[in-house]
Amino acid sequence: MSNEWPLWEVFIRGQHGLSHRHVGSLHAPDAEMAIKNARDVYTRRNEGVSIWVVKASDIAASSPEEKGPLFEPSNSKVYRHPTFYDIPDEVGHM
Amino acid sequence: MYAQEVKSTGEAVKSLKEMSPEERAFQEKIDAGVKIEPKDWMPEGYRKTLIRQISQHAHSEIVGELPEGNWITRAPTLERKAILLAKVQDEAGHGLYLYCAAETLGVSRDEMTEQLLSGKAKYSSIFNYPTLTWADIGAIGWLVDGAAIMNQVPLQRCSYGPYSRAMIRICKEESFHQRQGYAIMMQLMKGDAAQREMAQDALNRWWWPSLMMFGPSDADSVHSAQSMAWKIKQNTNDELRQKFVDQTVPQAEFIGLKIPDPDLKWNEEKGGYDFGEIDWNEFHEVLKGNGPCNKERMEARRKAWNDGAWFRDGLMAHAKKRAAKKIAAE
Repeated sequence: MSNEWPLWEVFIRGQHGLSHRHVGSLHAPDAEMAIKNARDVYTRRNEGVSIWVVKASDIAASSPEEKGPLFEPSNSKVYRHPTFYDIPDEVGHM
Repeated sequence: MYAQEVKSTGEAVKSLKEMSPEERAFQEKIDAGVKIEPKDWMPEGYRKTLIRQISQHAHSEIVGELPEGNWITRAPTLERKAILLAKVQDEAGHGLYLYCAAETLGVSRDEMTEQLLSGKAKYSSIFNYPTLTWADIGAIGWLVDGAAIMNQVPLQRCSYGPYSRAMIRICKEESFHQRQGYAIMMQLMKGDAAQREMAQDALNRWWWPSLMMFGPSDADSVHSAQSMAWKIKQNTNDELRQKFVDQTVPQAEFIGLKIPDPDLKWNEEKGGYDFGEIDWNEFHEVLKGNGPCNKERMEARRKAWNDGAWFRDGLMAHAKKRAAKKIAAE
């Protein structure tokens, strides 16, 4: 039972104009087979116009424990949002 | 159902006060409806219960291809054959979505395959019944996939992100399965006496096993409480079974089929049907491996796995060779 095919993460572009989105993963011996398998597993009903596959072991991810310090810098900057500024109604749409 | 009698911790559900700070934070997240993702901290019991449930669910999808695959070469028309092929291919896809979800919990695909082939992991009891006539393909789509939908719709809200997302994909595809099954039954019921009899016979054989899919009665299900607290499970077995009966009886009546249960009666007060006692002895025997087709199903899976070994190894060897050549060329 050794010699397991590596795991690939699959990203599909649903329509022209949209970005690729993660849809799941699958096992395949190489990239070419991963794309073929992804077609059969994840696009049986016209779900895509383009497929990306990436070896799962090649993905670097932030860890959940770092969530606080990692995202804190943006949490405290309320002035980045348009609603921070009071603009008089008379000015009209801005 | 596709996951029956999934063992949880076997212990009573802890109150927030009895929990460690980590467990409490975890439970509060679940209570607040926040999804748990693969790398988040989780209690070992949660991880193990989910691995058992998701892998059992995945195995059911895969083994479930066998009874239907039996009729692909004998489908009555080319259109029916194409439909059945598409449905069986969907089941394979569903199995793969679920295996992937389970793998995010730290179990490998090969480990899960090994657990199925050794008999350690279970799959739904329903797939251990034979498909004797074409009407059985109708009955499976209508009843078995109907019962599956009943169970899978609430699982879309499961607390574990990857499982929930797999269920959302599956539910989108499952409705076709049920409708094509009912369409087969409808067509047979519009046919001659022999065809109508064939449809009725299929219902007679699949009705009770379909009700068993929801698992033992809540009173006998020791693992439900913890799974419900963790939102791995949203409804009790009996609730879902009742919903299934209430939904299915009018569908049977509409096409002139008779539910094979002399105790079936509308209960105005509860707004649902009362129905007869399920033969739990049969259910437990099938789960233990003594159903009509348990042996045949496992032999087919083992044969497929063993016969495919040279192919899996060959493709892997080819991929390694090509990768090595590419490195050498660079």
